[in-house]
Amino acid sequence: MRPARPGGDLGGRSGPENDIETHSISGPDRLIGRRVVLGMLGLGAAGVVWGSKLAEAFNRVLAPVQARDGTGLTSLLPAAGRFRIYSVVGFLPHRTAEEYRLKVTGLVDQPLELSLADLQAMAPTRLVRDFQCVTGWRVPQVPWKGALLSDVLDTAGVKPEGRAVSFKSFDRSYTESLTLEQARLPDVVVAYELEDKPVTGAHGGPVRLYVAPMYGYKSCKWLEEIEVTAAVVDGYWEERGYDTDAWIGRSNGRHDDPVG
Amino acid sequence: MAATTTRSGSPPTLLRFDLAERALHWANAALFLVLIGTAAVLYLAPLSALVGRRPLVRDTHVIAGLLLPVPWLVARAGPWSAVLRADVRRLARFDGFDCRWLRSLGRDPFAPVGKFHPLQKLNAAFTAGSIPVMLGTGSVMRWFRPFPLEWRTGATFVHDWVSLGLFVAVAIHVAKAVSDPEARRGMWSGRVDAGWARRTHPRWADEMAREADGRPGA
Repeated sequence: MRPARPGGDLGGRSGPENDIETHSISGPDRLIGRRVVLGMLGLGAAGVVWGSKLAEAFNRVLAPVQARDGTGLTSLLPAAGRFRIYSVVGFLPHRTAEEYRLKVTGLVDQPLELSLADLQAMAPTRLVRDFQCVTGWRVPQVPWKGALLSDVLDTAGVKPEGRAVSFKSFDRSYTESLTLEQARLPDVVVAYELEDKPVTGAHGGPVRLYVAPMYGYKSCKWLEEIEVTAAVVDGYWEERGYDTDAWIGRSNGRHDDPVG
Repeated sequence: MAATTTRSGSPPTLLRFDLAERALHWANAALFLVLIGTAAVLYLAPLSALVGRRPLVRDTHVIAGLLLPVPWLVARAGPWSAVLRADVRRLARFDGFDCRWLRSLGRDPFAPVGKFHPLQKLNAAFTAGSIPVMLGTGSVMRWFRPFPLEWRTGATFVHDWVSLGLFVAVAIHVAKAVSDPEARRGMWSGRVDAGWARRTHPRWADEMAREADGRPGA
């Protein structure tokens, strides 16, 4: 299926007639296509190196726009403030509100098994903060509601040798941890509401941890067990190189703004 | 086989794309379809929740991405690539007419369109440039451990925005194809109606006519 091409030149532009026409009427050829390709390669490489700063700038510009956007369309823009759903396992773990139980174990006086209703019966704390992921995305002004982790720990009673807390997810893979001091901060909650609705399965519901002053990977989704330990045990991402103390703006080589 | 065929009763047609070009186009289209579908599942939270199976979707996305250069390399490698190479040269070059077309946004009556519309050329350049960029940034995202965390964020940022651009480019490309049955026929069968070519790609139709007359074409 090749056309007969007497000139042999398929390049399209070297015939003498056309040269005269083109040059006299319209000027010479430009390799715009090549420039576009090379330009994209250059911008792409620069974007990898400096993109995280650019993304932070974008977030700052887009956050107020998005806050006023009733259509939700701007939330589809990359780097615009919205959650990205991460799971380290091949499925979204599911547990209904009725069957859900939170175990409190380890170095405690009284091991507990709390239902969602038990958690809701404890004094609620509502926090509105930006949610900052260590990979760069940030969701502005997210309302959370839950019981203070500190209150949960007090209910079980931490033994004197307890120095840290480990969290296990019912995805059967994810783990996280905090020092006891961090766990007792007033903005660390066992959350059952996100954006004033029950936490959905995709967001780690029915109950997840929310550690406001730290990067998102600390906020263990699908929280199943809180274990009081004698020392900090590195969690899933810490084993893969992330900082154990994940303070926003002061860890993982990042300089994000405070989330309050 | 002559470039222009006239059979009694049927209107004359011109060969627009040869078999190698069409095979490359459809192999690319299939991979892009997989990439866009899996990207949507990875990127849009409601779809993520609906589909689940994130590692499977991610691996499919990564494999389709890594395969993307293969049809191109195969199409370029063999003795069947002459027409493709010629068309790539056409796509890379914006001649005087194309520049006039772009400057006037198509209003200049002395800027007739050649085998490829100037916007088709821009689309081709953008898509061609995006492939190495997406492969590079996607690789940093997938195999992030040797790289600084900042690079992972930067790669995600570039990958996201280029993918948005690609989505728009592909959507326009498909919408144009949907609105023009003859253009679609060109990519299915390789041949297009000569009258359609004269209306939509007049300079190319002239070229083909000159060749059919046996004069050295342009």
